[in-house]
Amino acid sequence: MHNLTIAELVKGLQEKAFSSVELTQHFLARIAKLDANYNAVITVTADQALKAAAAADKRLAAGDAPALCGVPILHKDIFCTDGVRTSCGSKMLDNFIPPYNATVVENFEQAGAVVLGKTNMDEFAMGSSNETSFYGPVKNPWASDSVPGGSSGGSAAAVAARLAPGATATDTGGSIRQPAALCGITGLKPTYGRVSRWGMIAFASSLDQGGPMARTAEDCAILLNCMASYDDKDSTCIDREVPDYSATLNDGIKGLKIGVPLEYFSEGLDPETEKAVRTALAEFEAQGAELVEISLPNTGLSVPAYYVIAPAEASANLTRFDGVRYGYRCENPSDLNDLYTRTRAEGFGDEVKRRILIGTYCLSAGYYDAYYGKAQQVRQLIQQDFEKAFQQVDVIMGPTTPSPAFKFGSKGDDPVAMYLEDIYTIATNLAGLPGMSVPCGMVDEKPVGLQIIGNYFDEARMLNTAHQFQQATDWHTLTPEGIA
Amino acid sequence: MSIERQEIEKLATLSRIAIGEDTITEVSQRLSSVLELVDQLQAVNTDGVEAMSHPMKATQRLREDEVSEINQREAFQAIAPDTEEGLFLVPKVIE
Repeated sequence: MHNLTIAELVKGLQEKAFSSVELTQHFLARIAKLDANYNAVITVTADQALKAAAAADKRLAAGDAPALCGVPILHKDIFCTDGVRTSCGSKMLDNFIPPYNATVVENFEQAGAVVLGKTNMDEFAMGSSNETSFYGPVKNPWASDSVPGGSSGGSAAAVAARLAPGATATDTGGSIRQPAALCGITGLKPTYGRVSRWGMIAFASSLDQGGPMARTAEDCAILLNCMASYDDKDSTCIDREVPDYSATLNDGIKGLKIGVPLEYFSEGLDPETEKAVRTALAEFEAQGAELVEISLPNTGLSVPAYYVIAPAEASANLTRFDGVRYGYRCENPSDLNDLYTRTRAEGFGDEVKRRILIGTYCLSAGYYDAYYGKAQQVRQLIQQDFEKAFQQVDVIMGPTTPSPAFKFGSKGDDPVAMYLEDIYTIATNLAGLPGMSVPCGMVDEKPVGLQIIGNYFDEARMLNTAHQFQQATDWHTLTPEGIA
Repeated sequence: MSIERQEIEKLATLSRIAIGEDTITEVSQRLSSVLELVDQLQAVNTDGVEAMSHPMKATQRLREDEVSEINQREAFQAIAPDTEEGLFLVPKVIE
């Protein structure tokens, strides 16, 4: 059952080929048996899942089943779940049990999905390797000595290892696409404002966006149908009709104009990864799409601009963790200042503290214009690059990452080496554009991801394009060893 | 650019994060390396470029000023480290 796609599971449940309780038991058993190898799941919610599955079976029997009725999924541990610990991968929230559901969680509940548990992640979503989690690193199902990517590494590894058919994730600088690429699955970061951020623990509010992870583009479309919604509670959400992302999957892509940015195929890109991506581009050409060479000249500035904007916003967002209202509090504080400074020193990990300090520096008196103001201007330049490109092309394609999954500890002591891992994904967050990653090859027995960047609110076209690619290729069907 | 010890201490105060004496050098080295990366921005000509705040130039929505939430004080305080009679407790601030 774990090799079926979400589309197949929905059909099987409706046709009573199996029940939601059977399905849920099956995935819970897989998590119990296999997750020791991956560390992808922080909290398993077996009792609630089985209860939800029994309720789903009743609705299926009664014939009033909503879209995802009885389908098991996992939520990234950044989405608040009523009554279930939501840690955000941090010691700071190790004891935090939210009294409410995030809008995304609510949407899945309304759609009848069954939540198996919460997935591991880099602490407060700050990382590209899952090594910063308080709960320990997640292992890549394709190579246990390698990272799964981050920050949504737990969701990606869980889907790759068939611990769940789909999972929610979030992406601030590449946190959906990069782990999707490294784990050989499909992941989509929607347009900024498409998915509600309410109840999704904030990292960098002008960049954060939730999105789905699954094995196929078809499944991502099903999940996005449920995830995307307008939400009054998120003031940056855009009030725009949600199309049926499944409806256009089978459209042909003849005549599609694909922009291939020069800057995404330059120095730093592993030659074997490039070969896999070029082969994928040729497949689109064979289907009648046209490749157009384009330039995104400010690509190189996206990483420096991001490392001002994201830490600056994080330093403001994370002031709320002060040991007063919820979460970790240090032992025996001598006074209020000691309570704040020790709670934060003990509750946050090194990378989170580093980013808060950087952000505080960039926002401090005398530096604001030179850093944050400047970065927001550069952000405008990066957006203009894309605007220009989308006058010529329908989608943009290139590699998701410079190379396949790297080994644990291999980025060493220099945080900048890790930051450059997101060189191809960060610009879309800065511009607010949607991006996705689709498996397109293998290098050294590790998956390679093809990135598809779309224009604003063009997720349907991206999913259609990815689906057509997956109809002609089988990279998305490959299974890591020992999974079967 | 490198960042001085004094500056690290100031940042620690501003961000309310205690930094141990034994880690100051390491923190300073790593912050310097990140600042070196972001300093690439200084060379960019941004004359006349507007700073971007929302990708779709969306502005904050307004709504009627009416009560939209119910009082959930008990639920919220149930997860707090220390409370008494509906108040959050912190160490004594005023002698």
